[in-house]
Order: sequence, then structure tokens, then C-alpha cells
Amino acid sequence: MSGHHPPVSDWATDFDHTDPAWAADPFPIWDELRETCPMAHSERYGGVWLPTRHEDIADVAYDTDRFTSRSIVVSETRPVAPAPRGIAPPISSDPPFHHGARRMLLPAFSPKAIAPLEEYTRQYCHDLLDAVAGQEVIDGAVDYSQHIPVRVIAKMLGFPEEDGEKFREFVHDVLEGVDLPPEQRLDNFIKLDAYLTAQAEDHLANPRDDLTTFLLEAEMDGEPLGREHIGGTIALLLIAGIDTTWSAIGASLWHLANNPDDLARLVDDPDLLPVAMEEFLRAYAPVTMARLVKEDMEYKGCPMKQDEWVLLSFPSANRDPREFEQADEVIIDRMENRHSAFGLGIHRCIGSNLARLELRVALEVFIERHPRFSVADPDGVRWSGGQVRGPRTLPLRVG
Amino acid sequence: MRVHVDRDRCQGHNRCYALAPELFDVDDYGEATERDDGTVPPELEDKARLAAANCPEFAVVLEEDR
Ligand code: HEM
Ligand code: SF4
Repeated sequence: MSGHHPPVSDWATDFDHTDPAWAADPFPIWDELRETCPMAHSERYGGVWLPTRHEDIADVAYDTDRFTSRSIVVSETRPVAPAPRGIAPPISSDPPFHHGARRMLLPAFSPKAIAPLEEYTRQYCHDLLDAVAGQEVIDGAVDYSQHIPVRVIAKMLGFPEEDGEKFREFVHDVLEGVDLPPEQRLDNFIKLDAYLTAQAEDHLANPRDDLTTFLLEAEMDGEPLGREHIGGTIALLLIAGIDTTWSAIGASLWHLANNPDDLARLVDDPDLLPVAMEEFLRAYAPVTMARLVKEDMEYKGCPMKQDEWVLLSFPSANRDPREFEQADEVIIDRMENRHSAFGLGIHRCIGSNLARLELRVALEVFIERHPRFSVADPDGVRWSGGQVRGPRTLPLRVG
Repeated sequence: MRVHVDRDRCQGHNRCYALAPELFDVDDYGEATERDDGTVPPELEDKARLAAANCPEFAVVLEEDR
């Protein structure tokens, strides 16, 4: 999908996170920049900065005074929705508005609140594998990973289970379709909006015990949320949870398919999975976020202009040898692991407990059903580029 | 040894609670606190160190006895 951008001439001065080379293997690019040009700049997208060291990425994530979250997905245009709320609270919000918009959502995603979803998720994972049982080759992304987060969030929001396929496409385009023609993106957005409006109306007519009804009835500072806030938040929950978790599950399966020793170890010692899983999240962190520079300034010696982007590459932070020993190796029993796959600071992923539950259950079920599997066709593996990186096709030989 | 959660830094990643539930609790908002006065029994010292080494926000503070 990144066809119409000119090829990158120099990664330090002209990088593009949608370039096919970045999608296929971004690690050498970041490793090089981290040592030679730790705050790279590109003229693309109206100006983008790319810090690659853990320390610098953390500093930007913590500095909500000088960097705004008004938009967190890099594109040619700048958002029209005003700060501090932005289009999809709380991810697009800045302090002080952010705090309340976030706090209201947290209890629904606490470890205790989501625990009841475990059995539901497990059963669904089994159903997915049942559907392709008997095949020698299955697609770990298309047949398995991509469906899991869709089903779980639809359940939490109280949307019809079978609607998942409908909104997965629209949602996918919002994050990964930055290169699609603007008319097509707008069209997808309108479809998503129409779908969400219909769901909201149905929930208003028939209130029930789910997240959508909760949001429709919620108040902030004694006022109901307002249609735009509710719609933005629901869209966010769909968008933030789907491609991200799908990528994490897929990347973990990809690693295990390529590393039979690690797979055998997890088959023998399933208790290691929670530790191994954190290592997969570190090494293959799927999510890169963005900020906009609030005002012209010099930051760490760099001349930053208002409304330039800063890519927050948590995946690169996680590979910084200043922070991690043997940072470029995947060590599934790494005990010290301060990775930032779920972000740092006030925007820390609200869904991190849910994502961990889904990732753990998805891997448990897959390994239980297929204790041996390998990549069937390395050329058939395609990684997404842009700000969410994971395998979009992953042919696995399971038979 | 004692553990302490720096509430200004904690962002609710829940790593401490996942790794050492004997020493930490989290509220509905994900914010962590040490249990009781944070005193770590000798057999849990390794777990306390593990929790500190896995908090992405550097919010788990250890005080070693001297
Ligand atoms: C492995 C899967 C996931 C990864 C790697 C991930 C990663 C992230 C990251 C890095 C952020 C920080 C954004 C920023 O700093 O601007 C974030 C925020 C967020 N995530 Fe996730 N996420 C995942 C799954 C989920 C799920 C399943 C949900 C919920 C359904 C979710 C909901 C959110 C929300 C609502 C925010 C915004 C929080 C705020 O701005 O206060 N995420 N996520
Ligand atoms: S691991 Fe750190 S940030 Fe997370 S809950 Fe514990 S103290 Fe807070």
C-alpha cells in the first residue's frame, strides 16, 4: 500500500515509515540511526522527527507541554479537531481534559473487570482453529490472529458478534491506509461512523450492561459526554485494540515458527509463557505513536517547527542497547524487561491488560493445538508498514 | 528491604502486581500501591527486585537494608 511515495534516498534525512524496506525489516535502520543520528528528520509529511533512543522517546512521551497528542497518526494533513479534546478522546487529548476522559474508561479495563472474558476468548480461539482443522497449511494472521481482538472488543461494546468482519476493514484503513486516496479514506470513515451511529441508537433504545451503554450514560464534570466524544471514544476503542493486538499475536507466532527451540521450550514449560510474551512485546512492539510540535522551539539541539510530527517509536526504544542487554536478541526468559510496547506516561495503553489476556490465551491455545509449526513459505509472509507493524499474511505449516 | 510505589510516576502498567501480587495491589484505575508498610519478607526479596526491574516508568522504588 505504500507504492506512490518516492523511494527513500537516505534514512537519516529522508526516512518514511511507510517504505517497504521499513515494513520488511526496520531494525537495522533504527540501530544505525540510534548511533549516528539519534534525532533524525525527514521533510516528508510536512516534517517528521524520529528519535530512536529510549531516553529521548521517553522524554517526548512525558513532555505533554511541548508536544500535543492532537493527532497521533502521521499524515499529510493536520487535524481540524481542536485541542485539548481532539477527535478520539483520550488518545487525542492533552491535559487537563485528558485525565477525566481516560479515568472514566480505566475501571472497565482493569485486570479484575476483564478476567471474565478469558473463557470466552479461549473458546473463540478454539473455534477459529476448528474451522481450519485438517489443513496442513493455515494462515496465522488471516485465519487466526486478526479475528481475535475484533470479537473480544465487539463483545465488550455489545455489538453483534458477527459484525466484526464489517468494521475490521474500516478500522484497518484508518491506521494502515494512510496512503489510500483521501476519498477512499473518507468513505471508510463515513461507513464506520454510520455503523457506530446505528449501534448507539440501538443501545439508546435498548440499554444493556456493556461499554456502549456505559458511555452513553457516562458524565464528565456533571455533564453527559456529547455525541462527538462518545463516537470518538468508541471508534478509538475499536481502532486502538484491533490491528495492534492482531500484530502482537501474529509476530509472536512468527517468532515461534522460526525458532523451534523456543517453541519446544514453551510446550514443555507453559508457565514461561507470561515471561516470553513480554519479550515478544518488547522485541516486536507493534505500535509507534506520533505527536505534533506545539510551537517552534529548539529541542535537544534540534530546530523543531510548529506542527511538525514526532514519531514515538516505542519499538526502537525497546531495542536500545543503553536500556536492554543484548537488545537485538530475543531471549524468552528475559527476567528484566522494562519495555514500553504499551507506551510511557499519561497515555499508557488503557487496553494493556486486555491485550495481554488476548495474547496469552491466543498463544496458549495455538501451542496446545499445534505443538509444532513452522513458516510454510517465507516469501508469503507480508508485514504491514506504517505505525502498526505485524504480519498481515503468515502461512504456517501445522500438519 | 522495603518497596514503595512512587504515585507520581506510576501509570498503571500493572507489571508489579502481575509479578509480585504479595507485595503490591492495584486499584480500579490501575494505580499501584505497596501492601502494608512495604516491608519485604526475605523470601520475597527476589520478587521485589523483579517488580522494580520490570516497571517501565521506574516507579517501583527499593530500599535495601544496610
Ligand atoms: C498488543 C496490543 C496493543 C498495543 C501494543 C497497544 C499500544 C498502545 C500504545 C503504545 C499506546 C500509547 C499511545 C500514545 O502514547 O499516544 C496506546 C494507547 C491506547 N490504547 Fe493500546 N495497545 C494495544 C491494545 C489495545 C487494546 C486491546 C485496547 C482496547 C480495546 C487499547 C486501547 C487503547 C487506548 C484507549 C489508548 C489511549 C490511552 C490514552 O490516551 O490515555 N489498546 N496503546
Ligand atoms: S509496574 Fe510501575 S507503573 Fe505499573 S502499576 Fe506497577 S508501579 Fe505502576
